[in-house]
Amino acid sequence: MSPRNPTPLLNVTGLHKAFGSNQVLRGIDFTVHSGEVVALIGPSGSGKTTALRCLNGLENPDQGVVAFAGGPEVRFASGLSPKKAQVLRDRSAMVFQGHHLFPHLTVLQNVTIGPLQVQRRPREEVMAKANELLERVGLSQKAAAYPSSLSGGQQQRVGIVRALMLQPDLLLFDEPTSALDPELVGEVLTVIKELAQEGWSMVLVTHELAFARDVADTVVFMDGGVVVEHGSAAQVLGNPSHHRTKAFMQRLLHPF
Amino acid sequence: MDSLWQLALDSLWPMVSGALMATIPLTLISFSLGLALALMVALMRISSNKLVSGIARGYISIIRGTPLLVQLFVIFYGLPSLGVTIDPWPSAILAFTLNVGGYAAEIIRAAILSVPGGQWEAGYTIGMSRTRTLYRLILPQATRVAVPPLSNTFISLVKDTSLASMILVTEMFRRAQEIAATTYEFMLLYLEAAAIYWVICLILSAIQDRMESRLEKYVA
Repeated sequence: MSPRNPTPLLNVTGLHKAFGSNQVLRGIDFTVHSGEVVALIGPSGSGKTTALRCLNGLENPDQGVVAFAGGPEVRFASGLSPKKAQVLRDRSAMVFQGHHLFPHLTVLQNVTIGPLQVQRRPREEVMAKANELLERVGLSQKAAAYPSSLSGGQQQRVGIVRALMLQPDLLLFDEPTSALDPELVGEVLTVIKELAQEGWSMVLVTHELAFARDVADTVVFMDGGVVVEHGSAAQVLGNPSHHRTKAFMQRLLHPF
Repeated sequence: MDSLWQLALDSLWPMVSGALMATIPLTLISFSLGLALALMVALMRISSNKLVSGIARGYISIIRGTPLLVQLFVIFYGLPSLGVTIDPWPSAILAFTLNVGGYAAEIIRAAILSVPGGQWEAGYTIGMSRTRTLYRLILPQATRVAVPPLSNTFISLVKDTSLASMILVTEMFRRAQEIAATTYEFMLLYLEAAAIYWVICLILSAIQDRMESRLEKYVA
């Protein structure tokens, strides 16, 4: 698959980030086009989650530029002010590995608190949208439940609805199925795949290579804080050109 | 024996009214002000600014490291020598507020830190500011953790208000002392005072239980 629409949505240039003496990102560049699904893959410690978190202002890179089309570009060299972070959060929404639902709020409150209290959208519109999306992910029966009464897969589907409710231009997924029991992975991946088919733009950090091959347009392989290989999913996953990509794929295919 | 019962009955209302007019209002006012102070001190203590957190640390250390009775005496009997004279009631409220502020600050700080960091990030990612995340998401969750130890502080405060009798506040225990001084029935009157404190604390414990079960509703 190639990007359905070649309009650039997000440009990331020269991201650098160190935690103390540990240089996690050493100059990351990539572009996300409108409607494109980008999978960030790579060994643990390669910096892919950190790179993703930078896009939502959850990390403060030492250098680099993140620019959404039509929005002010965010330059990190001078620090991350709440205002700059807000520019990023207005455009992107994050689905966390550990879902991070608000345990003291019901499912419905979890997904509506952002639109109602932060975006101040009309209550009727927000409620209608929330019910529609919960229905879509098969959780309309759970609207009044607290997150602790849901299964891991249900919790993560609520996490996805919470992100969708913000009406972002770009969805960010940080290993959305890594914390789930194996039999619950499918129900979450199905939802993500449907969103991709609907044309949502997304960046997905994942270890599910089969899923990446199925859903992603573009795969970015990171190792040691740099982008090692960047291309179509078929090319990077099917016929990797770099030896580090090949070695990584070998390790995943033959873990022992 | 009849006359003892009569004395117990006759002194009941003066003591209960002492509780209603002084012990309970002193407790409620000092605890409310103390909680507000404690939240501020807890946030200062968490601050990454060394000076700010150092001030909070020093305050907590002084409050916890000195007896409440000494704090009351410093404010009521000590400050006048510096030209600052405060009436008994405001002195008592000031001392109790500062005391609650010191103890509750540590409880609130620990409760805030007990909320997983992911909750802050989830608040940020839905567009909330730090302040709004704190008030809308973190504090409601921290409350569940803080209620049992704060109830302890509250119940201690009810009993500690008896110390205000030492700075001329006519609260319940001072009433008991006054009646005992004229009737010489110390045992009866002090046990009666103890019983009234106990009843108040029983009621508070029941309220605490109800609050806790309400706050537990979202925990599976």
